[in-house]
This record gives sequence, C-alpha cells and structure tokens, in this order.
Amino acid sequence: MPIAHEFEYAKPETIEEAVGILDKHGSGAQVLAGGTDIVPGLRDGLMKPGLVVDIKGIAGLAGIEHRGNVLRVGALATFTDLIESELVQERVPLLYEMAMTVASVGVRNRATITGNICSAVPSCDSGPVLLVHDASIDVTGPDGKRVIPIAEWFTGPKTTALGSAEIVTSVSLPVPQGDHGAAYVKLGRYRGEDLAQASVAVLALPDNEYRVAFGAVAPTPVCAPGIEKLLRGKVIDDALIDDAKKLVAKETAPIADIRASREYREHMLPIMLERGLRAAAARLGGKGPQYGATLI
Amino acid sequence: MKRSITLNVNGEGRSVDVEPNETLLEVLRERLGIKSPKIGCERGDCGSCTVLLDGRSVRSCLILAVELDGHEIVTIEGLSKNGLTELQQAFIDNNSFQCGFCAPGIMLAATELLARNPSPTEDEVKEAISGNLCRCTGYEPIVKAVLEVSGKGGGRQNG
Repeated sequence: MPIAHEFEYAKPETIEEAVGILDKHGSGAQVLAGGTDIVPGLRDGLMKPGLVVDIKGIAGLAGIEHRGNVLRVGALATFTDLIESELVQERVPLLYEMAMTVASVGVRNRATITGNICSAVPSCDSGPVLLVHDASIDVTGPDGKRVIPIAEWFTGPKTTALGSAEIVTSVSLPVPQGDHGAAYVKLGRYRGEDLAQASVAVLALPDNEYRVAFGAVAPTPVCAPGIEKLLRGKVIDDALIDDAKKLVAKETAPIADIRASREYREHMLPIMLERGLRAAAARLGGKGPQYGATLI
Repeated sequence: MKRSITLNVNGEGRSVDVEPNETLLEVLRERLGIKSPKIGCERGDCGSCTVLLDGRSVRSCLILAVELDGHEIVTIEGLSKNGLTELQQAFIDNNSFQCGFCAPGIMLAATELLARNPSPTEDEVKEAISGNLCRCTGYEPIVKAVLEVSGKGGGRQNG
C-alpha cells in the first residue's frame, strides 16, 4: 500500500539549518534518520507531517568515538554500527549484546539507537541498557545545546523530554572504569523481527555494585532502585537472588497486550532477572557466556 | 513536490523524478521495472523487499526513494547479471525455494553475510536470514545452500 499522506522533504546540511527548519514548522515537521519507525508511521497514517527533515546529510552526526572515558554514539549510528564497533565490543559490550537482539540484519543496517529512544515505545531495547549505563542524551535546539539524563528522557509511552525544535546529536555513555560485567535478557516469541515481551538489563560493577533496569513492563523503560539497593555491597548467591526476585513485582507494572499476557510477563520477569544477574556477575569475573549468547 | 534523484541500480545510472512519499520499493517496481523485490508485509517484518543499498541489505519498503540520491542499489537482477552466482546455483541444487517469493530477499541477505563473513557457521546463517520469512521450505534447504558455499566465496558476484 503506497503512503497516502503527502509531505515535503528537506535535507539540511548543518544542525543549525535543521533546527531552524524545525523551529519554523513546529510539530508539522518530522525528523527522519533510519526511517524504520517513521515510514510505517507515515504509511499507517499515525504520522502526518507536512515536512520530513532528513538529517542524514548533516556532517558530524555519524560515528562512534571514545574520548575522556565517554563513549559518544552519534545520532546516525545504526545498530549494525554498534555491533561492528570494536570500541563498543571492548568498552560497553552490553550495547553490542542489546543491538544483536534488535529486529534483523536488514533493519539493523538502517535503524539507529537514537531513533529507537526517540520513538520511545515501552519495549525499546535501547532503554534499559542506556538506563543501567547512566547515559545522557545530547541535544541541540533553538536555544543551543543541552544534555538530558536518560533517567529524565522517557516521559511516557512514545513521548520524551525532547522539544519539538530540538535534535538529538548523540548519546553519551560513561565507560565503566575497571572491570565490569553486564547482561541483556530479552524475551521474545521468536528470533528475528520481534519486539520484546519483556527485557532486563543488568550491569555488575566492582565492589558488588549493581544496576538493573526493565523494558516492556511499564509505560517507559524503568530502573529498579529497590533491587539495586538490596544487592548493593553483597555477593550474588542463591538466597540473595531469591530476595531480589521477590522485589520484581514492586518495580514493574506489566500489562497484557498483543505480544504477551500480564501473567506471563509477571512469571518470566524474576526468571529473567536471575539469568541476567548470574550472567553479569560471571562476566565480571571473566567467566560466563560470551556477549551475544542467548540468555533465555 | 517531485524531486529528481539519480540512483546506480545494478550498475546502471538511473534518473527518476519521485514524490517524497514514494518508497524505494515502489520506485524499483513501478518506475524502473525491477520486480524482484516483492511487496510483502510493507512494515519491515518479512524481508521479501530486501535489496542491497551500498552493499548492505535493507528493507526497500522502509526507505523513501528521495533519501537515496547518489546511492547504489543491487537487486537479484544485478547479482546474476553475468550468470548465476555460486550461491544462486546452490539454491537450485538444493531445491531451496518453492514459490520463490522470499528467494530474492534471502539470497541478497545471504550474499551480504558471505561478503562480510565468507565462512559463516549454521547459527550465523540462521541469524543473518532470521528477518526473511519463507512459508514453503521450512528453511532447512535454504540454510543448507548457504552453508554449501560457506568458505568458497559464494557470495561474490561473477564477472
């Protein structure tokens, strides 16, 4: 079915030009990068912009770089770019593990991690991973640059803290210093083009410090501060994992939808947390499954 | 407003005037007469519209043609321009398709895999084609065909 909605197309070459266009058109303009969410949105009539602003012509938005203990992922970096980046594999392997679970190669070759968090569906794979890594979102708007912490980014299903004339230029992650272990556990119906029924990201840092976040089980990706507090300073063992699993219901609020029932999500989440904690703790110790291995 | 774009399609420069709301899939099929990319789900789930964009497999249903001025597209017609590739021959030898609807997409996805990883494992083959749905063969003969050329440079284009 062709796209019935008609719109104009602009391809600015600088951020300033792009922001100027967005400022002028307000909510009538839609930013386009990989297009894997935008084109279906246009086709389904969920989006009806008067103008589509393609940011792929803007220099400086591509690439992944590591500078001053920060991994900067440009707004145009695709999931394939993350998977193929040695920087990512070595410094923030959780990003690699997450990216390997996103859709399929043909989508990952085009879809960007920035687009994933701008679409901000509750099941977005990037959300929990960026939460445990304390990422921040670098944006530019008519009033200049600002940085939005990932914890303040998601404001509801498909809504974010990004202003209508603002553009995300990059996602920045502080690179954990010293050893760390992490795991992304994604529950889906099959490998390939599926969204998460539920997901868990775990980051294990030295001195028994843990970060935990969930996806697809609340209106936005969510951190689990109660679980993090319970685990803090303790060595992971069977009893501690049992206690952590009991807290999952307090940290999440799953619903029933087309992909899974509420009861199934509630049943699987503690199991996924256990798998994630065990994998992350083992990887911190230099053991455990390779990053990218199927954990559930 | 129509815009004029120039694409390199299967080695030939093609200029076409497109509306911003025309997808690459529509332009290839309806404007340039290239029918191997199929209209399947039109939301990126089935992989039947797969083409190679600058050497990477992409969903042509999820790309606006207007985005692609100056880029290079290869479809199955371009792949076999100078005769079948080893991979295509392996598909025939293994009876790897029945209705053929998924075949162009799967062969392009496998071609990209072999270009980047000439000796993929069975798991890697399955991962590479996991976004290409086949409703006939059950995938076994497809995976077998790709594995048959694994390590032989079968993804290379002839000529």
